[in-house]
Amino acid sequence: MEEDPLLTITDLRIEGRSGELWHPIVKGVNLSLRRGEVLGLIGESGAGKSTLGLAAMGFARDGCRIAGGSIDFDGINLRTAPEAQRRSLRGKRIAYVAQSAAASFNPAHKLIDQYCECPVVHGVMPREQAEADAFELYRRMRLPNPEAIGFRYPHQVSGGQLQRAMTAMAMACRPDLIIFDEPTTALDVTTQIEVLAAIRDIVRQFGTAAIYITHDLAVVAQMADRIKVLLRGHEVEEADTRSMLAAPREAYTKSLWAVRSFARAERPPATGTPVVSVRNVTAGYGAVDVLKDVSFDIHHRRTVAVVGESGSGKSTTARVITGLLPPRKGEVLFNGKVLPPNFKVRSREELRQCQMIYQMADTALNPKLRLRELIGRPAEMYLGLKGKALDSRIRDLLALIELEPDTFIDRLPSELSGGQKQRIGIARALAAEPQLIICDEVTSALDQIVQEGILKLLDRLQAELNLAYMFITHDLATVKSIADEVVVMQRGVVVERGPKAALFAEPKEEYTNLLLSSVPEMDPDWLNRLLAARAGQ
Amino acid sequence: MPILFSIVVGIALFFMIGFVARALLQAFAPAHLKPTFRDTPLTACFGLSVILLYVVVAIFAPMIAPFGEGEVLGAQFLPWASPHYLGTDKLGRDMLTRLIYGARNTVGIAFATTALSFFVGSFLGIWAALAGGWLDQWLSRFVDALMAIPALILSLLLLTIFGTSVLTLILVIAAVDATRVYRLARSVAQGIVVMDYIEAARLRGEGMWRLVRREILPNAVAPLVAEFGLRFCFVFLSISALSFLGLGIKPPTADWGSMVRENATLITFGDITPLLPAGAIALLTVAVNFVVDWQLHRASGLKE
Repeated sequence: MEEDPLLTITDLRIEGRSGELWHPIVKGVNLSLRRGEVLGLIGESGAGKSTLGLAAMGFARDGCRIAGGSIDFDGINLRTAPEAQRRSLRGKRIAYVAQSAAASFNPAHKLIDQYCECPVVHGVMPREQAEADAFELYRRMRLPNPEAIGFRYPHQVSGGQLQRAMTAMAMACRPDLIIFDEPTTALDVTTQIEVLAAIRDIVRQFGTAAIYITHDLAVVAQMADRIKVLLRGHEVEEADTRSMLAAPREAYTKSLWAVRSFARAERPPATGTPVVSVRNVTAGYGAVDVLKDVSFDIHHRRTVAVVGESGSGKSTTARVITGLLPPRKGEVLFNGKVLPPNFKVRSREELRQCQMIYQMADTALNPKLRLRELIGRPAEMYLGLKGKALDSRIRDLLALIELEPDTFIDRLPSELSGGQKQRIGIARALAAEPQLIICDEVTSALDQIVQEGILKLLDRLQAELNLAYMFITHDLATVKSIADEVVVMQRGVVVERGPKAALFAEPKEEYTNLLLSSVPEMDPDWLNRLLAARAGQ
Repeated sequence: MPILFSIVVGIALFFMIGFVARALLQAFAPAHLKPTFRDTPLTACFGLSVILLYVVVAIFAPMIAPFGEGEVLGAQFLPWASPHYLGTDKLGRDMLTRLIYGARNTVGIAFATTALSFFVGSFLGIWAALAGGWLDQWLSRFVDALMAIPALILSLLLLTIFGTSVLTLILVIAAVDATRVYRLARSVAQGIVVMDYIEAARLRGEGMWRLVRREILPNAVAPLVAEFGLRFCFVFLSISALSFLGLGIKPPTADWGSMVRENATLITFGDITPLLPAGAIALLTVAVNFVVDWQLHRASGLKE
């Protein structure tokens, strides 16, 4: 006999306000979740995943409202229940783990104080017992020093540990349902593994039902029993994980599955003077050396991917090349000539040759300037274009990045989508007509379909304009698709470097191997096999 | 009852002026501004019309005023009756005339002072945040030292040294106010200079002036404008305080702040005349802030 589902959502409609109008975000979605079951919600950004996740708690963000349908949690109708009753459920019987633990913890309180707040307020257990319980859960989440870590402040703990502490906190009252909203998206692959394994174990141990929201298919394949695919507020399809992975029914699902397939062949090795040559660079902040004796070359028309986990010195290398951080030892050569270490003493021509594209297009584009000025300024400054010539150059650049010039030229960055903003970042770099473009995690803030568009664009531009790319990333799937050469960094040292195909086929160093094996695969048994293999070592 | 009556009349006037102003704005605005004015709130229309009224009065003061600014016309403290519609002050000068001239002096000086202090304060503040290092230290510690001296005493000191004329008055109050603006501009700009787009602009090789003007100022303008609305009103207080001490606007030049003080004795007799200049200041304050709020709202792009 089938038991009653824990959570039933029927024909849910949620609307968001823009100006005077309400427009639909979630357009009639049904969902049901049994006790102890993990449901994966996937879809690109704007699909309504997070909105739906919050609605499962009977909550709508500011500027949103639940317009129709019903949400039934264990016999309680969350839409009609009084606010007091809903509040008594939240944290106690339904918990929420947010994408950025760093932004969700209160920086002014110790972890354990934040842990104990919920059980004490809800009257589940007294403070002493809650603390003892916290140690137990920290231990189960495999946090180092479970008895001591709770007495630290959030900023004293690494991102992966914080995410685990947050999951432990969500478990504090042993809820029936936890909503995970992209809990590992902000982490690098090696940390992601640990968090995924810890979350999966604890959910199984306590038989907690969970909704796992993500845009990473490989992750959801490890975590979920069933997968539901959303597209612009509609449900596309739902099936259990294995059959969904093996045989997706809908065209959209198939396209999601195919996203990871973009890859171009490695270009033949280049000869001659490299565009940029980093020679024995040691650099750091204060007394600490972040980079130790780093050397590599980037040739014309080649993409060099610099990979490594956070803190490995990838971005610092970029800062040395651009001149933001003068190195202590070593030098950077540009077309065979030594570049001045500080960007302030570089000539305009030297500045023009090396452009940068940033990870967060939101902070990399001045929100008060229109695209005309954002893209036009480098062209005006470096190439001396004015009036009509400048205008037509801006239009050419917009066409180059596949945006319709007449529609976009006078827009503000806030009137663009995430992918479009990143394209503007590319156009701004191109406007200077550089030889080298440094791409600092350009795709990691975007979801996969948009990522693929950006990668294809960058690849096409490279072929057309003869560009050299330095591609900083922690996402090895991106490396596979776009790089010619790979530089692996760990704690400021180049661990291994070489052509992509050779490095992926037979990594020489243990760390490279660890990095490569940590990339989630679509196979639902991948995490089990990997953990078993690592435990066996 | 009269109080209730005047409140009702006041609110009715407010709506009437607001509606009429909005209708006029829409009728006469140039084509490209029409969409802007279509959803201008009533408060902003009211504010705009009040400010416009003040400006007109200030510019045409000699033509509107029935008598001369410093003319002694008769007995002191005459009641409200023709030809002195608002009575006379303690020297027997016409109250209405002095109110009209006061608009010219007080509003003019206050506006010039605030504008100057904002120009200097925000430029230096943003510059300090952008340059950092020694320049920031020197400027900020100097400003801290100035702010440690009570504003009134500092202005007194400076006015005593440089003498009292309208120009020095403007410069001195602007200098004292600029320290506060500097603090605000610097802290706002510090949040902005760490953004990637500033780094991108620096790497592009942009000069200091361009960075301040095009990259930072547009993003810092909202809190600065809000502060402008507030500071503008504080300047009235500073001027009247200095006038009281004999270092502000010199008699017989009319100024609203000193008019309140000079005629304050009348209040003990239940006469509201001394409150008129105070009311004039209050009305302008409200009007300026209505307009400032509207502009802030537009700048921030908030829809609600």
